[in-house]
Amino acid sequence: MKTGNIFQKIFRRQIMIPLAAFLLLAIFNLVADPSFYKITLGYNSAGNPVLSGYLITILDYGSELAILAIGMTLVTAASGGQDISVGAAIAISGSMLLRCLCGADTRSENLNMPIICAFLISMVVAGLFGAFNGVLVAYFKIQPMVATLILFTAGRSIAAWINNNELPIVNDQSFAIYGGFIPGIPIPMPFFIAVIVMIITWLILKFTNLGLYVQSVGINEKSSRLNGLNPELLKVLTFVLLGVCVSVAALIKTSRLMTINYSVIAKDIEMDAILAVALGGNALSGGKFNIPASILGAYVIQFLTTTLYKFNVSSDALSAYKAVVVILLVVFSSESVRGWIGGLFKKSVAVKAGKEAKS
Amino acid sequence: MKKKLMNMSDTNLLLTITIVVFVVMYLCAIIFEGKGFLKPQTFFNILNANAALIILSCGLSLVMITGSIDISVGGITALVSMCCAVYLDYHGGSVFGSVMIALGIGLAFGLFQGLLIAYLDIQPFIVTLAGMFFARGMTTIVHTNPFNVENEAFVALKETRIIVPGMGSYNKNGTYVNAYVEIGVIVALLVVAIMFVLLRKTRQGRAFYAVGGNGQSALMLGINVKRTKFIAHLICGILAGIGGYVYFLHVGSGAASHASGAEMNAIASSIIGGTMLTGGVGNIIGTLFGVLSLSTIQNIVSSAGLDQAWWTGITIAAMLCLFLVIQSVVMARKKKMTKK
Repeated sequence: MKTGNIFQKIFRRQIMIPLAAFLLLAIFNLVADPSFYKITLGYNSAGNPVLSGYLITILDYGSELAILAIGMTLVTAASGGQDISVGAAIAISGSMLLRCLCGADTRSENLNMPIICAFLISMVVAGLFGAFNGVLVAYFKIQPMVATLILFTAGRSIAAWINNNELPIVNDQSFAIYGGFIPGIPIPMPFFIAVIVMIITWLILKFTNLGLYVQSVGINEKSSRLNGLNPELLKVLTFVLLGVCVSVAALIKTSRLMTINYSVIAKDIEMDAILAVALGGNALSGGKFNIPASILGAYVIQFLTTTLYKFNVSSDALSAYKAVVVILLVVFSSESVRGWIGGLFKKSVAVKAGKEAKS
Repeated sequence: MKKKLMNMSDTNLLLTITIVVFVVMYLCAIIFEGKGFLKPQTFFNILNANAALIILSCGLSLVMITGSIDISVGGITALVSMCCAVYLDYHGGSVFGSVMIALGIGLAFGLFQGLLIAYLDIQPFIVTLAGMFFARGMTTIVHTNPFNVENEAFVALKETRIIVPGMGSYNKNGTYVNAYVEIGVIVALLVVAIMFVLLRKTRQGRAFYAVGGNGQSALMLGINVKRTKFIAHLICGILAGIGGYVYFLHVGSGAASHASGAEMNAIASSIIGGTMLTGGVGNIIGTLFGVLSLSTIQNIVSSAGLDQAWWTGITIAAMLCLFLVIQSVVMARKKKMTKK
């Protein structure tokens, strides 16, 4: 009996949901083609040692998703809706970053200003757009997804407008580090950036009451106001934090290409970010949240994407498969289906117990 | 004035705002952009280009009145036009068959999404977001490259023009040119009329408003809330199928990038037309004017020389933002006034 309790306790942990999905995918890949797990050590064009392989790709590209998932989890928890403008916001932030780096001359050889300054400016811009979304949601009481729909439509247009629809190219190699490798370390840099963001988030949640406040606003806005919180301000704050996460992701994305393509950059990433939050077992209607589960969810999504790519699914058709996964996920996590499955389980247990009692 | 405002229902108040906005905007267009907007044909061209959008917006208004939302309509439009195009050109299909395909796709999406949203209580935004991505993905799976349809019967249907008597104008050479509309416009106006009657005059129509206004009290009144939501999504899906076919009839080609952002335009039109996102408030006539306002502003933007693609996106978003804020402010003020 005791073991049963321990198992139940383990299975009730939220992180089990993404972990189970992860194991399922891992086993599937192991059976389908074990070469998926091969990692090779090679040298890139600059002569630095780099690791390559599907797993490294997941670690690399999953990192920006994990960063977004952190912000998205907070927004989801506080406002009970999701921000669907993150892809467009990445385009804006990345465009601003390149505009600052290149100045008016889109082909300049030298950087216009230090990377850190440009990054901070782009962070402020992304934060402001986040605040815009947040104000619409918190003060004008517009549903988050509809409020962010505004930026979702206008975002890529604004991004193109910032650079007069030209495509600036950064020629300075020091900018390539953020989406590539630090010389001498074979693990991709985005992973380290993600780890830094995770540590900062952990510190914030550990030493401030933000996590608790966000949860209470998400669970019951009225009673948290009666308890002296300011739900509107907290909601805006979560959107600003998501904006900061967006600017970090934009840094990685633009650094990978050293340029930007307004209509393609971070396309459909909002879907992946929402999926990561859902896969992390967080309620999409707000309230309690679990950031580690979301981060793991993000890497699992990237795992799925990489697996699909490996089986030669074209990038345009990818969204159809992911949509099926989302539907399955939400169907199985919906209350009525859970209740129904739980009912079946209970029935079988009851039948077993009955049989035992008879014998 | 204040008393009058009080006496108006939410629906009528927002409808009035919409119609006033449209008239003002069209007058501005005539004043600033010259005589082009005075010709009836300019107005008919707006209708021709936006017939599909009118149908999609009708579906969306219905869903929004019921307190839900559907963002898959643009994806369904693309899928419908691609499937019909492939069927007509590669499988030698008939026009009738392609219409059936369009209706079938719309019905399937409506059924499935309605089931998930109404009976499994899943957030409509998530379900239809997945629906949108599924439809877009499926479109590329069906056929990758865009192509024009050359099926003769279809092209004949596409080229059919319905002449509007008495609205023509003389061109530069002095010959009389008849004003015309395409078949899609007739379909769109029919849909508007049917939806108007459905929402205004039938028991089911009033149920949509009741469920959107307050689901709990609708339940108390004996309305089947789940079934009402399901029917709303079902109708929206079918309308998306019809709208998709009308779009296909207008452009005459299949492409994965078709109707990109149509869901956004449809939502924007509904909101501009006075449909409240929170549900329970809305009017199909308002939606019609919403579409017209939106396309008029697009016409103004492009004829003002701001041709670059980004201006359209930014103006639509700005307009949507403005109307959302107006709605929110108007409703907040009304609430305060009622309390007093």
